[in-house]
Amino acid sequence: MTGPLLELDSVAGAGEIMEVSMGPHHPSTHGVFRMDVRLEGEKVVRLKPVFGYLHRNHEKIAEHGAYLSAIPYTDRLDYLCSMTNNWGYCLAVEKLAGIAVPERAEYIRVIVAELTRFQNHAGLVGFLLQDMGASGTPLMYAFREREKVLDLFESLSGARMMCNYMRFGGVRVDCTTAWLDEVRRLVPALPRFVDEFENLLRANEILMARTQGTGKLPRDLAINAGVTGPMLRASGVNYDVRKVDKYGIYDRFDFRVPLGDHGDVYDRYMMRILEMRETVKILEQALRDIPGGPIIDPKVRLRGLRPKAGEAYGRIESPKGELGFYLISDGSTNPYRYRVRPPSMINLTILEDMCLGENIADVVITLGSVDIVLGEVDR
Amino acid sequence: MLGEGIIQGLLETARNFFGSYVDKKRLTTVQYPEERWALPEASRNFPILLYDGPDPDAGLRCVSCQICEKECPPRCIHIVKSKDKKPDFAGKQQFYPAVFDIDVSVCMSCQICVEVCPFDAIRMDKVFELSTTDRFGGLLWDKHELAKSNEYYHTIHPTEAAECDERRAKELADAKAKAAASAAAAAAKAAQAKDPAAAPPPHSTNGSLASTNGAAAPGKSELPKSEVKGTQ
Repeated sequence: MTGPLLELDSVAGAGEIMEVSMGPHHPSTHGVFRMDVRLEGEKVVRLKPVFGYLHRNHEKIAEHGAYLSAIPYTDRLDYLCSMTNNWGYCLAVEKLAGIAVPERAEYIRVIVAELTRFQNHAGLVGFLLQDMGASGTPLMYAFREREKVLDLFESLSGARMMCNYMRFGGVRVDCTTAWLDEVRRLVPALPRFVDEFENLLRANEILMARTQGTGKLPRDLAINAGVTGPMLRASGVNYDVRKVDKYGIYDRFDFRVPLGDHGDVYDRYMMRILEMRETVKILEQALRDIPGGPIIDPKVRLRGLRPKAGEAYGRIESPKGELGFYLISDGSTNPYRYRVRPPSMINLTILEDMCLGENIADVVITLGSVDIVLGEVDR
Repeated sequence: MLGEGIIQGLLETARNFFGSYVDKKRLTTVQYPEERWALPEASRNFPILLYDGPDPDAGLRCVSCQICEKECPPRCIHIVKSKDKKPDFAGKQQFYPAVFDIDVSVCMSCQICVEVCPFDAIRMDKVFELSTTDRFGGLLWDKHELAKSNEYYHTIHPTEAAECDERRAKELADAKAKAAASAAAAAAKAAQAKDPAAAPPPHSTNGSLASTNGAAAPGKSELPKSEVKGTQ
């Protein structure tokens, strides 16, 4: 990389300043991500996130392919939540081309998206606790649960992670009654898992001492920085795209948006736990109400779709925050402009403000609580 | 009390530990090479080309229309169309792929080729233990490596394969009906040409037929439908 990013003398009143380059292969960075950290003793005085190591030219590839061929690439943005990525993109195309989605497909979308949210939060909390030194146990418990959700995805869409499941105007394959019964068997067991997970460490004195008051993100700063998702809600801002936009059929479900108070790492950790509980509520309602019928609008031309010239922005509440896809069509078979608003990247830009004055060890857990996936940050 | 949270957490771990002695469901590890799970039917990995009958060359379903080549997002399919034609399952003369290569090191298993194929020729396989020491030639599969029989397809995706066979049987029946209808029409025409006096007066009867029946030859009106297949 390039030379030092900041002049050493620029930090006024500093003692001996040490520059540490954390990453790109540091195990705590959840991927290939680097932080240029300036330390005075153990205290962080400057921090600069450096990313782009996993840049794969996602937007340009999508602009050079047909509308259909971008869907498998969206799987690879946030590779833990391929279902919600598919949904965000399909929503944008549906807005652009004016496509309606059948009722049953909407319900299936909600079911798979909420399952995705559950497994993402379980995994994230597992990793976060792993970062804090709770080696293994919480992560293994989380992955045991995630595994069950991934098995469901595999029997539905054919792949565990790169599902490529949704299409504009619906979903690719219908779920069978047997599959729905599997989900109905799994969902009632999920609250028991959340209880167990919470009991493990929620009231743990060491964890509380470590996380409460660490990595504080004030409410106003969070809003100004464009932070979204559980991280914004942990700072006490009531903003959830599922409630604000009511995309799909989210206005039919009765669920609450948990809010934090302090905006520290502990709040962000609890936010995920509480959201898992709300997710179970949505799943129960969706599984109760799912109707029969078609799963895709048969009139939609998936291959060779040519939306009228215009633009559209589709946004959803992905597990990490507001995931948006902005498309401009010039009437041809591929988008003129394709732009992703990745929640984890925008949440990551505020990292320095959360870490200043903290210890270097707290940088690791603050980063862990942001919930980044580098596939989405770098695209 | 200080330390209560820690004890609570330890109890949870202990419950899981001792639970694994009584509840099989808590033992989640699969001893992989010795022990295997059956993959779900929908599971997919890399594409294969299907053929009917015993001979992969003669029975290959692919007619080299190159739709999959165009639609493949990472462009990992390479097809060269043949110069000559061979009969397909319904006896129709079709092109076939002279070269059909898939670079599986580029393929991202998205299944779009399967969705767009109008001839049920390309499907997804389930095999996943594919490591090779040759990362160029060993991962570039030609049409002989890709060709798999319809029976094999039945073993990996039974429901899907049964549906596919049913559809193709219907297509075949339609094609036969069409051939029979056109043969009959040709015979009638020949008879007409031989014996112009016996033929009905051209204008009046034809006109009345069209007006009363709405459509002419009933066999023909069904044919286009069977030919147009959902490629989306």
